[in-house]
Amino acid sequence: MSPETSPAPAATQPTNGMGRRLLFLLPVAAFAALVGVFALGLGHDPTALKSAMIDKPAPAFTLPPILEDRPGLARADLGGKPVLVNFFASWCAPCRVEHPTLTGLAASGVPVYGVAYKDKPQDARRFLGDLGNPYQRIGLDLDGRTAIDFGVYGVPETFILDRDGRIRYRYAGALTDSVLKTEILPRLEALSAQ
Amino acid sequence: MIAELGHFALILALLIAIVQAILPMAGAQLGRRPLMDVAPMAALLQFGAVAIAFGALVHAYVTSDFSLKNVVENSHSLKPLIYKVTGVWGNHEGSMLLWALILTLYGAAVAAFGRNLPPALKARVLSVHGMIGVGFLAFILFTSNPFLRVLPVPPDGQGLNPILQDPGLAFHPPFLYLGYVGFSMAFSFAVAALIEGRVDAAWARWVRPWTLLAWCALTLGICLGSWWAYYELGWGGWWAWDPVENASFMPWLSGTALLHSAIVVEKRDTLKGWTLFLAIVTFSLSLLGTFLVRSGVLSSVHAFAVDPARGAFILALLVIAIGGSLTLFAVRAPALRATGSFAPISRESALVLNNLLLATAALTVFLGTLYPLFLDVIGGDKVSVGSPYYNATFVPLMVPLIVTMAAGPLLTWKRADLAGVLARLRLAFGATVAVAIAMVALTKGHEAVAPFGMALAAWLLVGTLAEFAERIRLFRAPWSVVMNRLVHVPRAAIGMTVAHAGLAVTIAGITIASGWQQEAIQTVKPGGSIALAGDTYRFERVDPVPGPNYSAEEATVTISHDGQVFATVHPSRKTYPLQRMTTTDVAIHTDGLSDKYVVLGDPQPDGGWIFRLYYNPLVPWVWFGAVIMVVGGGLSLSDRRLRIGAPVRRVRRAEAELVA
Repeated sequence: MSPETSPAPAATQPTNGMGRRLLFLLPVAAFAALVGVFALGLGHDPTALKSAMIDKPAPAFTLPPILEDRPGLARADLGGKPVLVNFFASWCAPCRVEHPTLTGLAASGVPVYGVAYKDKPQDARRFLGDLGNPYQRIGLDLDGRTAIDFGVYGVPETFILDRDGRIRYRYAGALTDSVLKTEILPRLEALSAQ
Repeated sequence: MIAELGHFALILALLIAIVQAILPMAGAQLGRRPLMDVAPMAALLQFGAVAIAFGALVHAYVTSDFSLKNVVENSHSLKPLIYKVTGVWGNHEGSMLLWALILTLYGAAVAAFGRNLPPALKARVLSVHGMIGVGFLAFILFTSNPFLRVLPVPPDGQGLNPILQDPGLAFHPPFLYLGYVGFSMAFSFAVAALIEGRVDAAWARWVRPWTLLAWCALTLGICLGSWWAYYELGWGGWWAWDPVENASFMPWLSGTALLHSAIVVEKRDTLKGWTLFLAIVTFSLSLLGTFLVRSGVLSSVHAFAVDPARGAFILALLVIAIGGSLTLFAVRAPALRATGSFAPISRESALVLNNLLLATAALTVFLGTLYPLFLDVIGGDKVSVGSPYYNATFVPLMVPLIVTMAAGPLLTWKRADLAGVLARLRLAFGATVAVAIAMVALTKGHEAVAPFGMALAAWLLVGTLAEFAERIRLFRAPWSVVMNRLVHVPRAAIGMTVAHAGLAVTIAGITIASGWQQEAIQTVKPGGSIALAGDTYRFERVDPVPGPNYSAEEATVTISHDGQVFATVHPSRKTYPLQRMTTTDVAIHTDGLSDKYVVLGDPQPDGGWIFRLYYNPLVPWVWFGAVIMVVGGGLSLSDRRLRIGAPVRRVRRAEAELVA
């Protein structure tokens, strides 16, 4: 990357001086841009963003199962009761982080449905085998089409749907116990009471 | 009382660091020797003060002094003594203090061993080092002070995160930091050289041992971290491209490039600007790693102390350190002139290629790690880039790197004879083809990755050993000559051979472990058994085991082959009542070639237990290889030429003859 890597004479010609200086300024400029991103990143609240899908009915989809003992997931399975739909992937580190929280939630009787996003079935199976399976139904979204329809930015992402199958809430990022307490559970209770 | 002493020592260290940053630099600029001579004294005193502070914190942990907030939050009176000590750096505040301790240790080492450095360069190096010290000590005192008291004093502490109560993790941070922070030395040397406006072979000779030392420590640190993740997290894998893993891997990649480009500066007086740039970038990546892990901008399995205020402070440090040094680089580096020129086929070119590939690899990891953050900022969200990205981008960069690695050392400086080199690699070609054919036969053509990876490993190993054989004229000269050459081969050359061979071992481990892992997840009742990879795992029983600060259930599993029991292992689950947390203790039976990996899962209502079994072939080689690399680095470090003492001309001439 340094001009010195080329044989010396060309690099030392005075006509190249300006270009050479600019080249050395490049790292500074790149770093300045990076600092801008970091500064924004620090002040950014990931939950502040609204989904365009809020209060709209869930899009139509039919996804095949990945586990023998659990059915797949389709639009027709939603509705009747409030449920959580969680987009996850075996290759996603935050998904591993939120997994215990999700498992705890499922154990308390809340129906949790899963969508394995752009995952190989065997990888998703291994992920669930390793960590346990909190999902009542799991659909495999191999090409990510359903995720696009839901407006998913990336995994993990969790949606709360009401008994009419409408999307009422979306949480982007790993669910933690405090998020569960402050965001998820109150909404689920409110929806159940309706 | 002792805590106050520590607190005071820490404040004193900051004041000394300020003096160390200002006076020697002024002295060097003005040409005043007495001001320059402040530097070594200040560096030693600064280390002493931080050591006292660190000792005071260790004392507080060992004596369970719960009047300190930090001890309350991270320790417990029932914790085993070893984890009381390692708990000191098992949390944000303490680990920053460890960071400062190691930083000042390096400064003190330069002060003590850098006697033959020109006084002005030494003053500038230590001054820049002092500035880094100011930044970190201020960070600790103002945002992460471990000496804050708490009132009322609670009767007991909250304990240490159970998964951190493990020997692997207890000793992984110190090595990681020795590496991370060690690159601050190369950084200080680079900035000092830029201020001075001079880079020459002597400069490279001083920088290289420090970089090599840091590289060895970082390699070991990463290796320990990966090993810990393997046996403690119980997921059967050893690398997850997690942001925290990447944070230490990026400076490793650029540090490896730096190590090689510094050789070119030393031997051929060229690549100066690039080498300075790498020195700045490598330490910058260390700082960046700190920022990523502690600011909360990225989510990770083991990111800790998530706090935006700390993030803002570290960001300010980054702007000053990285922004400042890169600006200085932009202003001063264009004036550096190279004297050496070289042909496209030469040792220099091979090293340039090595540098470009390593730098690109570092950039690739950088983009993968930060992509979620970029997305976050433009309005997306916290997402994760997983192994599919890294497999697609990282592997293709490593292939040409490894191909060049075998050939590079055979090339001569300045201009090499490619035909001759290729002829000398005949043996490596032969081995590569043979291994590839054998692997294809073994996998019956089902696997494409395994034959490829193993062939690559064979190429590197045989090519590296062939180069060494060539160097000592093995089979080409009479034994007396061979022995004589063997005795006189520079340690650095032996070190390179060993380190490159170590990488070949690691590649073999990675290839086979990721291609041939087998697993079984099953529920079995006591007395039942599971078959996996030709072995039978019989679940004998589960026993309750009381622990000091946990309760555990321990299973007994016998592993047999053809009815012959060859191992009994005890995987267990520990429940820590204090944290309401359950951890699994994996049982691993290893024979050095493969691991039998047994995880005890949850009990089932029907009286059965979930077992997860993995057969991990050749996985130990991943770490063996890394340790061999560190040994190679150590051998190279012990080379007389790299000793901080004055180089002896006679020895160098003798070596020059050997290398040529």
